[in-house]
Amino acid sequence: MSVEFCGLSLAHPIINGSGTFDAIAAKAVFGDALTRSFPFAAYVSKTITLQPRQGNAAPRLWESPSGLINSIGLPNKGLRGYLEEDLPQLAQIASAARTGPSGSPEREGIPIFTNVMGSTAADIAELLAACQERAEIAALELNVSCPNVSTGLDIGADPAVLASVLAQVRPHTSKPLIVKLTPNTADVALCARAAQDAGADAVSLINTLRAMALSPGRARASAEAWLGARTGGLSGPAIRPVALAQVAAVAAAVSIPVIGMGGVQRAAHARDLLDAGATLVAVGTESFRDPSAAGRIAAALRE
Amino acid sequence: MVTAVRELGAYTVLHAAAPAGEQPAPGQFAMLSCAEHWGGGSDERPYLARAFSIARVAAGEWQFLLEDVGPGTRRLADLTPGETLLALGPLGRPFTPPPAGRRAILVGGGVGIAPLAILRDRLGEDATVLLGFRDGDRAQGAQLLAGAVVATDDGSVGHRGRVTELLEAELAGERGAVVYACGPAVMLEAVRALCERAAVPAQLALEAGMACGFGACYGCAVPRRGGGFLRVCVDGPVIDAALIDRAEEHAGAPL
Repeated sequence: MSVEFCGLSLAHPIINGSGTFDAIAAKAVFGDALTRSFPFAAYVSKTITLQPRQGNAAPRLWESPSGLINSIGLPNKGLRGYLEEDLPQLAQIASAARTGPSGSPEREGIPIFTNVMGSTAADIAELLAACQERAEIAALELNVSCPNVSTGLDIGADPAVLASVLAQVRPHTSKPLIVKLTPNTADVALCARAAQDAGADAVSLINTLRAMALSPGRARASAEAWLGARTGGLSGPAIRPVALAQVAAVAAAVSIPVIGMGGVQRAAHARDLLDAGATLVAVGTESFRDPSAAGRIAAALRE
Repeated sequence: MVTAVRELGAYTVLHAAAPAGEQPAPGQFAMLSCAEHWGGGSDERPYLARAFSIARVAAGEWQFLLEDVGPGTRRLADLTPGETLLALGPLGRPFTPPPAGRRAILVGGGVGIAPLAILRDRLGEDATVLLGFRDGDRAQGAQLLAGAVVATDDGSVGHRGRVTELLEAELAGERGAVVYACGPAVMLEAVRALCERAAVPAQLALEAGMACGFGACYGCAVPRRGGGFLRVCVDGPVIDAALIDRAEEHAGAPL
């Protein structure tokens, strides 16, 4: 059941989606139960930016049909705070984390993937270079769902912009570089191909789909948005068929490994993404409903 | 497993067998969902689990107070004995008991009286309990806390007016109390402001829509005094009132 991914050996193919599992908070809430049976074969951090971010104004959540719209706004301590405060704690959790099926040799220790985002190539290069120095980080994931400062368009939405940014930042790390593609683009396979050609070691998808809910208490004929940031990103079972289509299209277009995610609730959903060409599958929103969901899915995949 | 479901005026009290493991402290909450027919309702909701204060722990059961306000609460209120209730908890920071020599004043509004019942169980009869409700049907919820002084908006039970008017009278000249409050944001904000003015410490149990309950989603963030945010699930739900500038109206997303 163990899986090779960018030179790393993982106990099973199930990891977390960035921003859907705070291992430090979970350790404080669940204690040793978390590390005794860690749900993921690798841990992906939430998105880290150069400067600290407070996140978006409330409300940040809306429950939609079989899904969740969020506009959290990537709150984080910034690069320095992450490297100094969070990473040592995450490394402690990751090295103590036991994952794997009961009944076969369990592994102790899982790799950490650090997810970063910047609005310019220079910012991203600085993030990658700083992470390059830290042995606790096994791989980097680049969130390209960030508006480009000059065009205002998401870096990852335009294959040419994506390729140009990646070409500039790729030399700043020798660690595996995963590009977290945005689904909010005309042709995700073209973007994936551009990422591969510009040096990405893997791609991950899908990120949330841009979505909106109107305020239930709004005045008649007004378009007052519910979320503090007006729009947010849709996740959960509602996006599962979209994820499958995008993962299949990307897997057919690239030769690098693909991390598939989007609405996975059960082993059958993970199996679909693996069959569509994914090497790893991430569990995201389902962990909100059940923090042990990923472990349950990994165990069921073995049967 | 659900062991009993009983009506209490406009509310439903849900009894469930206590899960193994850690038992709740007053103010803690659990994320509830149903094993069957969770989802697939109107608009394909509910989808996420819902956060509820643990209202009482007795005889190997946890009790929850529900008001039917949406698809999640409706499904939970429709549970029958024998059905499986999924509960993740106890979660969050509880109330801190008053220091020796200080009396406790409990202030609750509507379905927010829930965590005050278990707090009252722990503190005993000496605690002063002030509860506010919209109407007489809801005021039946006061049966959860024997000896409570009740206010109703429509005057059908007890004092006609706001529970915060009762608190204001209670706080006159008071220095040795600690206030414990849970209820709608507008009530919590009035309690916070009254206690700040009277220099009486207050612990507020906040409500916020949350997707997870254990610090993962960052959806329940409320602005912290001096900048930044508090996550209601892991920094609360019970917070020292001095940590916020105001109890926000929009903190309760209709999840």
